[in-house]
Amino acid sequence: MRRIIAVLLENEAGALSRVVGLFAQRNYNIETLTVAPTEDETLSRLTVTTTGDASKIEQITKQLNKLIEVVKVMDLTDGDHVERELMLVKLRAEGDKRDELKRTTDIFRGQIIDVTDATYTVQLTGPSGKLDAFIRAIGKTAVLEVVRSGVSGIGRGEKILSL
Amino acid sequence: MTEHLSGGDMLIRALQDEGVDYIFGYPGGAALHIYDAIFRQQRVEHILVRHEQAATHMADGYARATGKPGVVLVTSGPGATNAITGIATAYMDSIPMIVISGQVATDLIGTDAFQETDMVGVSRPVVKHSFMVKSAAEIPMIVKKAFYIATSGRPGPVVIDVPKDTTDPAVTAAYKYPKSVSLRSYNPATKGHTGQIRRAVEALARARRPVIYAGGGVVQGNSAELLVRIARRLNFPVTTTLMGLGAYPSTDRQCLGMLGMHGTFEANNAMHASDLIFAIGARFDDRVTNNPKKFCPQATIIHVDIDPASIGKIIAVDIPIVGPARAVLEEMEPMLEQELTKHALPDAAALQDWWKQIDGWRAQHGLNHEMLAGAKAGDPVLPQQAVQALLEVTRSEAYVTSDVGQHQMFAAQYYKFDAPRRWINSGGLGTMGFGLPAAMGVQFAFPNATVACVTGEGSFMMNMQELSTCLQYGLPIKIVNLNNAALGMVKQWQDMQYGGRHSQSTYRDALPDFVKLVESFGHVGMLVERVGDLMPAMTEAFSEKNRKRLVFLDVHVDPEEHVYPMAIKGGSMRDMFLSRSETN
Repeated sequence: MRRIIAVLLENEAGALSRVVGLFAQRNYNIETLTVAPTEDETLSRLTVTTTGDASKIEQITKQLNKLIEVVKVMDLTDGDHVERELMLVKLRAEGDKRDELKRTTDIFRGQIIDVTDATYTVQLTGPSGKLDAFIRAIGKTAVLEVVRSGVSGIGRGEKILSL
Repeated sequence: MTEHLSGGDMLIRALQDEGVDYIFGYPGGAALHIYDAIFRQQRVEHILVRHEQAATHMADGYARATGKPGVVLVTSGPGATNAITGIATAYMDSIPMIVISGQVATDLIGTDAFQETDMVGVSRPVVKHSFMVKSAAEIPMIVKKAFYIATSGRPGPVVIDVPKDTTDPAVTAAYKYPKSVSLRSYNPATKGHTGQIRRAVEALARARRPVIYAGGGVVQGNSAELLVRIARRLNFPVTTTLMGLGAYPSTDRQCLGMLGMHGTFEANNAMHASDLIFAIGARFDDRVTNNPKKFCPQATIIHVDIDPASIGKIIAVDIPIVGPARAVLEEMEPMLEQELTKHALPDAAALQDWWKQIDGWRAQHGLNHEMLAGAKAGDPVLPQQAVQALLEVTRSEAYVTSDVGQHQMFAAQYYKFDAPRRWINSGGLGTMGFGLPAAMGVQFAFPNATVACVTGEGSFMMNMQELSTCLQYGLPIKIVNLNNAALGMVKQWQDMQYGGRHSQSTYRDALPDFVKLVESFGHVGMLVERVGDLMPAMTEAFSEKNRKRLVFLDVHVDPEEHVYPMAIKGGSMRDMFLSRSETN
């Protein structure tokens, strides 16, 4: 079961290493991890995607909560939520391939943000599955380089993770 | 008037303000400013150890016996890494401890400077929390937070890493020790959920085959007295974990002794057959549950623990209660009283049948506590007899520390603890070398108390350098060395699971003459080779003549002896080996 866990963390040196260390130490899986300060500069917000059965996820959230610098933890997948990921992908774009790549990028609502004679660099945002689908649609041979931000997530409506 | 102090002086002053009486430590370059601050004051006494691991175990023993946090001071690099085993030991058993480590100066951090180690990084998986000091001005608040975190909620060790420049005597800052501290991200439970406690009370009152399963949380949470009152009121059987020994008086009829891998026949059978388990301050450790899938199939489980992550981690729980043992029991007691009068519960007839069954198990395969009685003077000493002799001479009143292995289990099974905080051992991490320094920490805390260390020659040799510290400070510890010339528990497993192939578990011809060894450190050594010599030697060791001396009893025990009962791997709690030839 894939889970998206949001964490509010004291924005202090070493706090992130405790979170990452916890996952390694307890044999939990990190698929993606994003982190940045919030509008309140004393807080960082992390989004971790992980996998595990219900009891494992329960342990992960409990163990995260035990870390002194963790302020709040929320399993976004418990309720309605929005997840987005940013991908930059550099494609081999030569000859008659260029039109097809442009069309596919448009279909996925991506933007070409850098162009050379031989390459396109595409920016794409969306749920992780959409980014995977884009790569599949383009085909592996055209893909030169992929950079993905990892998932950021937020609860829908009134569900708010804050102090 | 605000005082201005250097970082080194602030650190020591803050320890004074926390009421610290001892620091266990070892000096070195990065800690020298702090050591100079220690020299220039009298209120905190520094105990100079011989190895930093021992310093952490001393602080740990002190903390377990008193309930107050133990304090350790080490230098950077090897000083810090040597402390890790002791920090991990405290972490696994939730012992409050403050470890102050010197660090290279801030501008040298990350340069692979002399004696530099990333202590915050190295210790991270085995601390409750850690701090790195950035400036002297931060020190009072960091110390305050460290003590608060170490001692509240589920206690644990906290590291304060102190770069040398932050303790520079030339740099001073205003010192004011904070009166209180609050952390927005750390709010440990201070009481249980009333609705859940009510559900637990109802379940307790209706139980027909109940067992109270009490762990180290009862000892550490200072709630043994309350537990005894409630257990007696209910007439429920009580079993304790290795860490919980003494939470309920061992000599009481309702006490089934220890449960788990080397638990008693009656405790493990009662757990398996129970319809209600009241677990408090225990964590369903793998050494207790055996195979979790086969764990106590008929039992409704109430679990009280201060740490929510302990609840439901191994075994699914029916009635979880997050809170400190004491607060939960305090709230529970009047509710229970009300419930019991309302319905005339618990069912007395059902309980009577349950006790009959338990007494039957006891009679069938209970531990034999009279092994000295029938022994012939010329017989080899059984390790159990040595513990029984210790019990007889010290009358359940001693503080008993142990190391890890067979001797630890024999001590746990046969020494009858009637009060909490008297049994001091490394339960979670299983640290050999713990016993002697832990005993020293206890003796510092209670200079007039009887402190015994039950050890084995393997464990003892892991920290025996502390005999020198014992001489320096005149610690009259009594060491009972159950010497089987082998790593007994390893050998037992090899006997049982590896066809008797004793791979790297014996060293008979390479052992020192322990009597001469301890004598060379200025202590008293005695050799016991036959049962007939056991009681006289034990009596002499604890006699008035040796009241101020460290006495080391080198008891040569029968090396063939195994610890039983022993859980059968993969089975349920009632699946046990009872001897070399019997299983249950």
